[in-house]
Amino acid sequence: MAFGPFLFLALLEGTVMAAVLALTAIGLSLVFGVMRVVNVAHGEFFMLGAVTAWFVTHYLPFPPAIGWLAALLIAPLVVGAIAWLADVFVLKRLKYDPEATIVATIGLLYILQQTALTFYGPDARPVEPPFNLRLQFPWFGYSGYKLFVVLAAGLILLGVWAFMTRTKAGLVMRATQVDMETARAFGINVDRVYAGTFALGAALAAAAAVLIVPIQQAHYLMGHDPLLLSFIVVIIGGLGSLRGTLVAALIIGLSDGVISMFFSPTLAKIIATLLVALVLVFRPQGLFGAKT
Amino acid sequence: MMLKVEGLSAGYGNITILRDLSFQAQAGEVTCIMGRNGAGKSTLMKAIMGLVPASAGTITLNGKAVQSLPAHKVPMEGIAYVPQGRRLFGPLTVAENIEVGLLARKKGAKTRDFVLDLFPRLRERLDQVSSTLSGGEQQMLAIARALCLEPQVLLLDEPTEGLQPSMIQLIRDTVLSLRKTGMATVLVEQRVDAVLKMSDRVCFMAHGRVEAEVATGDLGPQSSLFRQFVGV
Repeated sequence: MAFGPFLFLALLEGTVMAAVLALTAIGLSLVFGVMRVVNVAHGEFFMLGAVTAWFVTHYLPFPPAIGWLAALLIAPLVVGAIAWLADVFVLKRLKYDPEATIVATIGLLYILQQTALTFYGPDARPVEPPFNLRLQFPWFGYSGYKLFVVLAAGLILLGVWAFMTRTKAGLVMRATQVDMETARAFGINVDRVYAGTFALGAALAAAAAVLIVPIQQAHYLMGHDPLLLSFIVVIIGGLGSLRGTLVAALIIGLSDGVISMFFSPTLAKIIATLLVALVLVFRPQGLFGAKT
Repeated sequence: MMLKVEGLSAGYGNITILRDLSFQAQAGEVTCIMGRNGAGKSTLMKAIMGLVPASAGTITLNGKAVQSLPAHKVPMEGIAYVPQGRRLFGPLTVAENIEVGLLARKKGAKTRDFVLDLFPRLRERLDQVSSTLSGGEQQMLAIARALCLEPQVLLLDEPTEGLQPSMIQLIRDTVLSLRKTGMATVLVEQRVDAVLKMSDRVCFMAHGRVEAEVATGDLGPQSSLFRQFVGV
């Protein structure tokens, strides 16, 4: 294949990755921004979303499209509920202490992972895509579902933006993010906001997993890469900055797509990690983060 | 009677700041709290709001105990707080800051119009990010946000700090006009001239207690109490 079409293919792959990564990382960024909690278990919420999607599509007697749609609704709700419980029974009891919650979410990571291993097993299992459509470009054919993933992730991100900027709940979350104590002095139940934010962050990771699982398969160890890449994106974009997270996801997703295609996926990860190191040295607050 | 604090002890962790503190704020009066840095004035404001836990004593609003309520329920009882340094939600717009104020007691357009009529300059800047306002405008917004609760008691922690004289005058006029509505105002203030012009009673704090309580009419600018408790 000539260079132009090859680059086009790489950009398509990068865009798919960027879309899913943005959706996953926005949850992590939201949790850190509002709660100041570094959620090391975020990748496991992604994994749980994929595993739940497999259970839903496997056990509910629906055709693939309906089953997948059901998974897109059920998985974020189930994973969000698990995250809500984790907040109420673990993080809240630690008073959201930054160091203690890191250790606690590491523990949560292993609990969720081993629970998935126990009840789901060690095998990678496929989830059928809701539709099979092949788009024929002049140089190659491409999965219509992958482009649908980009569209769906974009719509969900638009929904998150509208929620944060156009609703009272979003306003309350933003106020809490700025100043938790003053928010309390204005009648905001900060504990409830924190639990809701943690659940929302996890639900977004789960939604991202449901989108990607027909391409990747569900596996109990699949949370590692999304966690690492989400941290890379959130650090580059600026901890807690939703705009920065989106821009960084685009940078990392596209560069990963292009470098993986032209060189190797390992080199893509090395460069992404190097980028994090450079950002931490020269602009520790990230591209869009506020100086503290 | 409005707000009554009796035998209040409060602090941070093992450190006790307020010790057996008592005072009252009456409806339609401005009660001023004065004291040196570290006397516990701001901690008292936070303790009334439930932001600093009380280890002993009672805080009642019209006879109802509020000291055991979770902090987010205190404003719903009708106590509003303007913190020291304003503590606006900086990245939010003026309109959004006001909206946050309206949420707690589910107040609507009427209250919003009332506070914007009180500070017309804010009406011109509704879409402006609040951190970009001038110091005086930020203070107006901090007070407007608190008034959105339609409070019975307004706690103001050093509202004139760092403001130019015209703004201090505006804040002073606002406090006096609110007094006429029957609101009880508790004002932490360090400027003797402002205290003499705005307040009805002055509580002097030292070492976490109210050591003296005097009607403002009995105080002059040269009163020894100012020297003793504020050092001016």
